[in-house]
Amino acid sequence: MSNLDEFRSETRAWLEQNCPASMRGAAASGTESCWGGRKWVFASEEQRLWLERMAARGWTAPQWPRAHGGGGLDKAEAKILGEELARLQARAPLESFGISMLGPALLRYGSEEQKQRFLPPIVRGEIRWCQGYSEPNAGSDLAGLQTRAEDRGDHFLVNGQKVWTSYADQADWIFCLVRTDVEAPKHAGISFLLFDMETPGVSTRPIRLISGNSPFCETFFDNVRVPKENLVGELNKGWDIAKYLLTHEREMISGLFGVGAPGQAAPAGIAVQRIGLRDGRLADAGLRHDLARHSIDAEAFRLTLGRVQDEAKAGVGTGAASSLLKYYGTELNKKRQELLMAIHGADGLGWEGERFAEGFVPRSWLRSKGNSIEGGTSEIQLNIIARRILGLPG
Amino acid sequence: MSLVYNDDERMLAEAARGFLQQNASPAVLRGLRDTRDADGFSRELWREMAALGWAGMLVPEEFGGLGFAHTGAGILCEQAGRRLAASPLFATAILGATLIREAGSQAQKQALLPAIAAGRRLCALAVDESARHDPSGIALLAHADGDAFRLSGEKILVLDGHVADTLVVAARSRGAPGETHGISLFLVEAGSAGVAIERTVMVDSRNAAIVRFCDARGELLGALHQGWNALERTLDIGRICLAAEMLGVAGEALARTVDYLRQRKQFGRAIGEFQALQHRAAQLFCELELARSAVLRALRAIDEPDTALAPFASLAKVKAGDTAMLAVNEAVQLHGGIGMTDEFEIGFFMKRAGALRQIFGDSYYHTDRYAALNGY
Repeated sequence: MSNLDEFRSETRAWLEQNCPASMRGAAASGTESCWGGRKWVFASEEQRLWLERMAARGWTAPQWPRAHGGGGLDKAEAKILGEELARLQARAPLESFGISMLGPALLRYGSEEQKQRFLPPIVRGEIRWCQGYSEPNAGSDLAGLQTRAEDRGDHFLVNGQKVWTSYADQADWIFCLVRTDVEAPKHAGISFLLFDMETPGVSTRPIRLISGNSPFCETFFDNVRVPKENLVGELNKGWDIAKYLLTHEREMISGLFGVGAPGQAAPAGIAVQRIGLRDGRLADAGLRHDLARHSIDAEAFRLTLGRVQDEAKAGVGTGAASSLLKYYGTELNKKRQELLMAIHGADGLGWEGERFAEGFVPRSWLRSKGNSIEGGTSEIQLNIIARRILGLPG
Repeated sequence: MSLVYNDDERMLAEAARGFLQQNASPAVLRGLRDTRDADGFSRELWREMAALGWAGMLVPEEFGGLGFAHTGAGILCEQAGRRLAASPLFATAILGATLIREAGSQAQKQALLPAIAAGRRLCALAVDESARHDPSGIALLAHADGDAFRLSGEKILVLDGHVADTLVVAARSRGAPGETHGISLFLVEAGSAGVAIERTVMVDSRNAAIVRFCDARGELLGALHQGWNALERTLDIGRICLAAEMLGVAGEALARTVDYLRQRKQFGRAIGEFQALQHRAAQLFCELELARSAVLRALRAIDEPDTALAPFASLAKVKAGDTAMLAVNEAVQLHGGIGMTDEFEIGFFMKRAGALRQIFGDSYYHTDRYAALNGY
């Protein structure tokens, strides 16, 4: 038996023993994700146990180095772990921006001391992070950000405001882009700073969307003192780290909101249920055509998702594929939501109450409009494709 | 099942690209058109293609062919699409070879396939009768006459009809138009009595004909009344190869357009700097990537024994068809006035895309079929 086969059987056995029943299978699908952090109240003892057990193995961050609390797995082993978890339909023990975004950046740009200090609490789900990037005047032009970090000798003094900070009101720490040089060209005066959300001067306010409540917040910094050792990478070189992270974020969003996303029922099936068939065909010819046309695009998109992954493995293919996936996936999802509104008719207008599933249909429709804006607007993605793939000037 | 070319496929694509770069082009097509060339293609080019094995690419090795996987046929079609190459590749090497292979007796295969593979026998599939594609609506009658059959009626859009040696005809031997049972397949020699072939000049300067049968003698191909399955499978393989050709047409249109955007200067700068044009080019690029995935998947599906081909054929034909039309429309528009001239080449791509879109079912046909196949 090869090493990988041994790993698989050991993993399978360990998971069988240690993944609680309520954290796997159909039972798990209705439960909430665990985000961890100082304020976290576990939904159940099983949720806490699952996190604790996986974290002890470093399997909340399977491919991070063991030295920093990670699982130390290579790609093949991580793939096996993923397959074995999927086999049990095990829910992820931890949702974490620390794992998906900050961790990779620290591994690449952080000092050894920072890795030792920050990574293990991320792995254990003890510290929950939020991302301080966008500002009211710095969205697509993120490099135009103005939140100021003045050098005050042994600390930075931070003043300014961030917007669209997901879960800022739940997070323990923030990774934040700040301006440390106002004279330099905008990209060359940005630094990457980490600080505690409990630091005096930090406050948050939730943002309600057109679709209702959201995890987004405004975050305000009023003379916040941040120790110098919380600077990641070099002073004024924070833009490189930001760019590195943005690509990861883009891929995450395609996965979440794109049509490749798991658990998406085909609108056509819903249409057949709600509208019915006449002589074996959907009893609305125009809608039928639009549903089929969308379904064709959705399938072509799914095939492209797979092809891009295969190309990456084979070392071929265009760069900037993530821009194509983000752009197309989000536009497809918006179209899907439009079709669902059409299918539901008047039932898609109800905003509250059990009869209307608390407005699930119109709220999803409205929320989807943000998909083509967040994580880099569709227009920005098209700019990237035009310049990096097609070589158009500008 | 990967949608990335393997090494053999990559090599074939490079070889095909190189060969066609040398031997085919919009300029060659223009010449065939303007001289009203009697064949509508270069016999010399076809001989060279046959020497490369392309005429027999789908003919099994036991009959002198190469027995390629269908991805190979798609690769050749795409490269031919890039160069607007006029040849009997589609009608003979793909449609004719496939239908004879699917439906023919051992004797028929032996009589026809080696000659096809050697490039010595040309075929044309006669299926359409109405302007909008409707294969189950076949009405051309076939009635038994001794040990053969007599065919009467009219077929349109017979690709390579006027140069074919052998016509493969789908006719009705039983039942009413609209019924798939009762459709039979026949081999008809082009020069035989009762066969009148009228060449039609088409928008894309490619070969098509109207063929009128008046008690013409046909040899049964396959089982009587049961030709539909072989016919539909052949049409689906054809549709997927047309989709592959459309990828080539679209890809070349995009490439020429991007080049133009980079070179053309107005208002003191390359027009490719203007964001509106950048976005349109980028959107087209995205559609092309999706179309490529659909076509690749469909080509692979042809060789998967347990996979229903029809949904993939419709998926590919719709996606590639819409994408090709977008590509050529954007190409003409973004080239400005020069794109509207006959002297400039980009118009030939629009014409070919317009024809490819229509052959064997347009996007309306295939979107509807896709829905029906998926239960709505």
